Amino acid sequence: MSGFYEISEKNKGELVVHFNGRMDIESSTSILDELHSMIAQKSPALLAVDLDNVTYFDDFGALVLIELKNAMTTRDSGFKIVGTQGRTQDILSLVNFDAFEACLLVESKRTENIIVRLGDETLAQASNLRFLVSFVGSVFLSFLHVFLHPKSLRVNDTIACMEKTGVNALPIVGLTSFLLGLVIAFMSSLQLQQFGANIYVASLVAIAMVSELGPIMTAIVVAGRSGSAFAAEIGTMKISEEIDALVAMGFNPTLFIVVPRIIASVIVVPMLTLFADLFGVAGGLVVGVFLLDLTANSYISQTLQALTLFEVCWGMLKSVVFALLIVWIGCLRGFQTKGGADAVGNSATSAVVSSIFLIILFDSIFAVVRSFW
Amino acid sequence: MEKQKTIRVTNLSARYDEEVILDNISLDVFEGEILVILGGSGCGKSTLLKHMVGLSEPFSGQVYIDNVDITSCNDEDFRSTLRKIGVLFQGSALFGSMTIAENVALPITEYSTLSKDSINNLVRMKLCMVDLAGYENYLPSELSGGMKKRAGLARALALNPKILFLDEPTAGLDPVMSAEVDELIVKLNKSIGTTIVIVTHELDSIFSVAQRVIMLDKHTKGIIAQGDPLYLKEHSQNRLVRQFFNPSAKSE
Repeated sequence: MSGFYEISEKNKGELVVHFNGRMDIESSTSILDELHSMIAQKSPALLAVDLDNVTYFDDFGALVLIELKNAMTTRDSGFKIVGTQGRTQDILSLVNFDAFEACLLVESKRTENIIVRLGDETLAQASNLRFLVSFVGSVFLSFLHVFLHPKSLRVNDTIACMEKTGVNALPIVGLTSFLLGLVIAFMSSLQLQQFGANIYVASLVAIAMVSELGPIMTAIVVAGRSGSAFAAEIGTMKISEEIDALVAMGFNPTLFIVVPRIIASVIVVPMLTLFADLFGVAGGLVVGVFLLDLTANSYISQTLQALTLFEVCWGMLKSVVFALLIVWIGCLRGFQTKGGADAVGNSATSAVVSSIFLIILFDSIFAVVRSFW
Repeated sequence: MEKQKTIRVTNLSARYDEEVILDNISLDVFEGEILVILGGSGCGKSTLLKHMVGLSEPFSGQVYIDNVDITSCNDEDFRSTLRKIGVLFQGSALFGSMTIAENVALPITEYSTLSKDSINNLVRMKLCMVDLAGYENYLPSELSGGMKKRAGLARALALNPKILFLDEPTAGLDPVMSAEVDELIVKLNKSIGTTIVIVTHELDSIFSVAQRVIMLDKHTKGIIAQGDPLYLKEHSQNRLVRQFFNPSAKSE
């Protein structure tokens, strides 16, 4: 038994607990544990609590009393407090000791049955879809507006966004593409060397980079860098009521936020793709010259022979579509954000995941379209 | 009996990059008193509070809480000092991913060994104190600004701190509710003896809770007045102080 109290039996079935010393965060756990089991053992008809010798009492002490009272009332037994000093009384009134029962604890939220949840989810998805469509609509309207009133475009924002999405992404896009070109050239050379077809490494790298990997790698890097940033930024603006402030001042948030980002991305992502192609070919060149004994001259002329202008334009066209997808999903997820900090994180994650999926999906569509060309 | 100094701030200077916010401030907070730090917007009230809690590192000077210098002590001492204080932040700072009950229960689960039922009871008690009973399972984003503020207060009270720092506890509350919060503050101070430091510029609150006020000024970047608010209102020699307490009076 801990030394925080003594128990005496007054009449038959009436126990008096004399507390002494401190009733605080340190002592309350052991007091509660012991007294609960004591009540369960002896089941007294009346429990009196004597607080005369308590030296320190705070709301953890009050908690002890509340729990004891609860335990006694659920057993239909009596509970009373004797010997409260002024301070103890103050604290008990501070925590509404007498009216505590009235402060009902609400039940934890029940999980609904499966049909209700299915219905809820369907409705939520339907309203999501509606929002998605109306978002596309408002983007088109905003573009129309910009077309008719070119001055309404926020040029400075657009340029800043071009810098963030394009210029700042150049090092990482360049590095990944260079390494990718290097790896493709090396791996393919292992096969082609067997046939003495070293020179075709150049064609392979050029076509792979320009028509497939350049646009895709660039889009994935941009989705990871900028798509998530759009979602997080707009999401934060949404939960801190900045979007509401824009609306209240008569701005169109789509025009204000989305249009500059779309224009910036549609301009810089193809440019990044071109750089990616270039760096990829450079990576292949390094392998060709140092591992395959090709001259730089022959490598480059073979590359130029393999590529057509159509191929390059096709890659650029793809990257324009990818850029649109990235901005659209990023901004959409941003505007869909509701709640707090974790909602912003979810939006950013979902923006990256959805845009990478859509990039791959649209790439497949492009491949199918091309094969039926 | 000489009153214990719970918090001592000595020669504190704070800067934000190059800009000086507070210049060489010294003040004491005595045990069991309610001190209100006041001043116009941008005078460094919240900055001073942040330094007193140890969230910002001062440019120079010391802050002692119970004779521990929180600007230079080791981590262990700092943490044990933090156990003694509760802070209500200006924006409530509730964790958005947790319900109100979980927010309040968080420090209790961390620092006590109480059973789950007892913690629930304690959370209920704290929420009753701030008049939020029944909102246990709401997320902060589902509450109004004033309710969040009260939930933040409940969380600050969770461990029954010896010192309570409140950054604008009544801003954004309706007059009835803010009077209730003021009453709660006074009650806490009286019954448990909590030392309370409040940052506010609501005159009603100041007159109903403050035992002593300290007024900061943006231009001198220091304390321009301290003492009993009612006395300052009538007798202060400083024009700024008189203006603050009598906002309708024209400056001569």
